[in-house]
Amino acid sequence: MTTRTFESVATGQVLGDLVLPITRSLIVAGALASRDYQDVHHDPVLSKERGSPDIFMNILTTNGLVGRYVTDWTGPGGFLKKVDIRLGAPNYPDDTMTLRGEVIETADDPADPTRGVVTVKLAGSNSIGDHVVGTVLVSLPREAS
Amino acid sequence: MDTRIDHSVALAALVGQVSGEPAMGPHLVNEAMIVHWVEAMGDANPVYVDDAGAREVGLEGIIAPPTMLQAWVMVGLRATLERESARASGSAKSGEESANDTMMRLLDEEGFTSVVATNCEQDYDRPLVLGEQVAVQLTIEAISDVKTTGLGTGRFATTRYDFYVIPPSTERSGSAIAAEVASAERIGTMRFRILKFAPAPRSAPKPPRPLPSVTQDNAFFWEGLKDGELRIQRCTSCGTLRHTPLPGCGECQSLDWDWIVSAGAGEIYSHVTVHYPQVPSFDYPLPIGLIELDEGTRIVANLDMNPDDVKIGMRVQASIVAFDDELSLPVFAPVTA
Repeated sequence: MTTRTFESVATGQVLGDLVLPITRSLIVAGALASRDYQDVHHDPVLSKERGSPDIFMNILTTNGLVGRYVTDWTGPGGFLKKVDIRLGAPNYPDDTMTLRGEVIETADDPADPTRGVVTVKLAGSNSIGDHVVGTVLVSLPREAS
Repeated sequence: MDTRIDHSVALAALVGQVSGEPAMGPHLVNEAMIVHWVEAMGDANPVYVDDAGAREVGLEGIIAPPTMLQAWVMVGLRATLERESARASGSAKSGEESANDTMMRLLDEEGFTSVVATNCEQDYDRPLVLGEQVAVQLTIEAISDVKTTGLGTGRFATTRYDFYVIPPSTERSGSAIAAEVASAERIGTMRFRILKFAPAPRSAPKPPRPLPSVTQDNAFFWEGLKDGELRIQRCTSCGTLRHTPLPGCGECQSLDWDWIVSAGAGEIYSHVTVHYPQVPSFDYPLPIGLIELDEGTRIVANLDMNPDDVKIGMRVQASIVAFDDELSLPVFAPVTA
């Protein structure tokens, strides 16, 4: 797996879409992997009793998917510095979420002259609307001079 | 008249306060939890699972996915179930109320009993590596003025989670953890923003549309609609069509009649859009057309289109719409060329 270099990235560059089927398995596996045992993330019957039409994805899973989307694009040498998300429409089972992103800024890494920091603005939308919108800061290696 | 309880002063005093004692994650940063995470996320990044792959990009070994930050301090299934059963049985929380508990109680008292998470902002100072022990300390960072949102009226509250690495040998007591955290290295923060709100009153379900008054003269029309037919009354003496149904012919005064089935095609002869007064059974603005049917009489009916797009002379076609089990009506929509 190769890593993008800081020099190869420019403002306005678009990340490829990631189309994610929102399965029950994804929702439940994400909740349990994040040790979030609230019943609204795994029990459809109790979810309905609490007024939700079905189970829905927890926030930690959304964080994980957003982080994965960006590092899928950077390659393994892209290091996450910040994941800042706003939450909207829930991810219910049998929906599809499409993540889209764009580079909105490139800057020096004040902590490391061998790397630069890229800001990606992204949104993940499902059939209801935007599940998540946010920005991710990721540092990339500079080309060896 | 606003009789709402206002805890603005008490809430403002909470801002900046550390909430409770710091807590220690139940497990060291470990491979098994990382594998569960990356498999759930479908994340194939080698730096989380493969030592050589991590070294290849300049790391000193496997790192935990940065977005797992909070997962390391989640209390787990048993504690979650205990908390839920304590809440269900109404048994009081033991010990002192934390700043976060106080904030939630004050917001409840203000009537803002519902909660929704709105933002999660994580900053990573450095990645976590295998074998590290994570601890977390909460601080109330911000509580907003009362805001009106789409969900209802309430306040936004931001809690900051500061994450530290402390020695794995730290004793699991509040004071011991606090003593270590005081001099520990912070490795990340999370700002978690919620909206505590009073749900906007839910609008009552829409009542059904009023039912027609069915008589011997007009029963054929309503029965036709239930069968999916738009029936138009016809004078059997002179052949003139008429709508709405009447006992006698306006042209020849004959009392003999039958009906035809209209194809439902025609054009808009005139129209009106109702904005007011609003009756709960209907959606507004409510466009209504006077349709000149091709068979040669006119009928008043709902229009299924944007009121701004309605034009006199526009070609329209009826479909029979069942509004509920009791009522079906013709609804006219533009014919797309």
